[in-house]
Amino acid sequence: MSGASRITRVAGRAIVLPGDDIDTDRIIPARFLKAVTFDGLGAHVFEDDRQQAADAGTPHPFDMPEARRARVLVAGANFGCGSSREHAPRAIALHGIQAIVGVSFAEIFFSNAVAIGLPCVTVNRDDLARLSEAVAADPATEVVVDVDAQSVTAGPVHVAARMPPMGREALITGQWDATGLLLEQYDDVARVRARLPYLKGF
Amino acid sequence: MAQTLFGKVWDLHAVRRLPTGQTQLFVGLHLVHEVTSPQAFAELDARGWTVRAPDRTFATVDHIVPTLAQVRPFADAMAETMTTSLEANCRRHGIPLFDLTSGAQGIVHVIGPELGLTQPGMTIACGDSHTSTHGAFGALAFGIGTSQVRDVLASQCLAMAPLKVRRIEVDGALAPGVYAKDVILTIIGRLGVKGGAGFAYEYAGEAIDALSMDERMTICNMSIEGGARIGYVNPDETTIAYLRGRRFAPAGDDFERAATWWRGLASDPGAPYDDLVRMDAADIAPTVTWGINPGQSVGVDGTLPDPAAVEGPDREATAEALAYMDFRPGQRMAGTKIDVAFIGSCTNGRLSDLREAARVVRGHRVATHVRALVVPGSQAVRAAAEQEGLDAIFREAGFDWRGAGCSMCLAMNPDRLEGREMAASSSNRNFKGRQGSPTGRTLLMSPAMVAAAAVAGEVTDVRAWPGGRS
Ligand code: SF4
Repeated sequence: MSGASRITRVAGRAIVLPGDDIDTDRIIPARFLKAVTFDGLGAHVFEDDRQQAADAGTPHPFDMPEARRARVLVAGANFGCGSSREHAPRAIALHGIQAIVGVSFAEIFFSNAVAIGLPCVTVNRDDLARLSEAVAADPATEVVVDVDAQSVTAGPVHVAARMPPMGREALITGQWDATGLLLEQYDDVARVRARLPYLKGF
Repeated sequence: MAQTLFGKVWDLHAVRRLPTGQTQLFVGLHLVHEVTSPQAFAELDARGWTVRAPDRTFATVDHIVPTLAQVRPFADAMAETMTTSLEANCRRHGIPLFDLTSGAQGIVHVIGPELGLTQPGMTIACGDSHTSTHGAFGALAFGIGTSQVRDVLASQCLAMAPLKVRRIEVDGALAPGVYAKDVILTIIGRLGVKGGAGFAYEYAGEAIDALSMDERMTICNMSIEGGARIGYVNPDETTIAYLRGRRFAPAGDDFERAATWWRGLASDPGAPYDDLVRMDAADIAPTVTWGINPGQSVGVDGTLPDPAAVEGPDREATAEALAYMDFRPGQRMAGTKIDVAFIGSCTNGRLSDLREAARVVRGHRVATHVRALVVPGSQAVRAAAEQEGLDAIFREAGFDWRGAGCSMCLAMNPDRLEGREMAASSSNRNFKGRQGSPTGRTLLMSPAMVAAAAVAGEVTDVRAWPGGRS
């Protein structure tokens, strides 16, 4: 076993970030990847978008007063597309977010998020709108992401959520840190290696 | 039973089904670079693990290397730190490193193939989303994040969910002046930037069969921009001819036996696909992006969309993109003024790309208001180009001729856009801020189109260019 904790449920205030196709260059601009650790990334999440929003006089959702204590991010479709930088889910998690709700997620972002224990659940567009409205009506609304039961609740709004079974299973059983799993039964790996023509010789 | 290449290679590398439901997949080749690996090595050390297969792991430096002053220590202290960190990790774990002194350094997705490391039938992983490039050889090549880099270092395996396979057939022949870049931009424009989620893309059809390996790599490279984590082309005689004689390719009789195995990996006739898309090569024009994702593109002779005419959630995205780019609905793509011309990247920084660009540039001058640079994808590409005199053609035209690296494709080295600059770029991403200025603007296009834009000072149709038709 990998010894990671079970992640079944996240509850707290939410940040609503509208729009589809939010890429990882926007989540964490590449200049912040110039480092040999992930330390301090949380402060720079969405840095350029936030600066531009501030310049335009319309604070970015991550700069709303409620954002500091938020645990849930409500996003759109294809969230996290682009670069494979794990710095993106790390920056979001280091900012304090513990679960993301979206219409869909880019695949590499999704697997990176699962690998660091950050659940990403999907809801349909109508339900996303209802959740967003509930949070907009009262930013103090507690949003509950139930990974186990596959639902999201925001005050009076309760909707069904989905998560690909494999990622979900990894989170709720505490096996999301895969290295330990992959090192078990290593004889099987040796057997596969030995049958590959390009390694055993053609 | 008839199988796709995806099915054959997946099954061959499948170790077991994990309790999470995922497949434990053996990784035949692991490529490492300086940006996504230091944290993975640190965790490996912290947990007392070693690198399981240093003989199947190879490293290079690409993202942070300056392309002008490539002398150590680098002027940028953090670039120097990242490089020394990679050097130390490779030394400690016995991983070969193709560094600046090796003559083989370059963008990881350029050097893997040119060294013959990338071969048909392999599973390949690298902490970079454009790992899909290697699929051009009929390999399953996965872009992964840093935790998965740690997984592969420690176990030489990945925990993966299987993908569906969509065959994309491009029938007929490409018109002169139309390149692989235009094909993939057109595919992404048609299927959307999220259309490939859950799929491996198998590119096939007469137009794909006719492409060189360089061009197939351009197509597979941008699979991820269409949402597909991997893309591939079935191996054929073009693949085999490319690999013959490469440094890490099998030699002698081994090569012939390998070639036989490689041929047999191609998807069988009648193999099952989850989806099939067909398009006609003759419909593809030189294509240029006008927005902030690679799916927002139009033929160079076309006009930009009007958000009012767009249905659904794309309406807002269209409006946002036009506003960011400072473009008007209905505006003509051709004639858009540019400030910067960038030829390079893992999409289009190979020798054939530079040849096509040089063909356009020869005898012309870069427009006075444009700063233009050519950045070969690897030291080997640079040397080969100089052998042919391409550097002289570019220099005489007013291009900067640089050392190998990722350069202006992303903002991790000194090459970057300033302010609102508009770049004609042969790279793969036009995201907001991608090229280093938070407000910079990118127009993606083929290297020949970038070359023509550099000279004209504005986006122009390379089909009408003297010498631009190959
Ligand atoms: S050239 Fe650009 S896309 Fe390719 S590996 Fe480098 S930074 Fe990534």
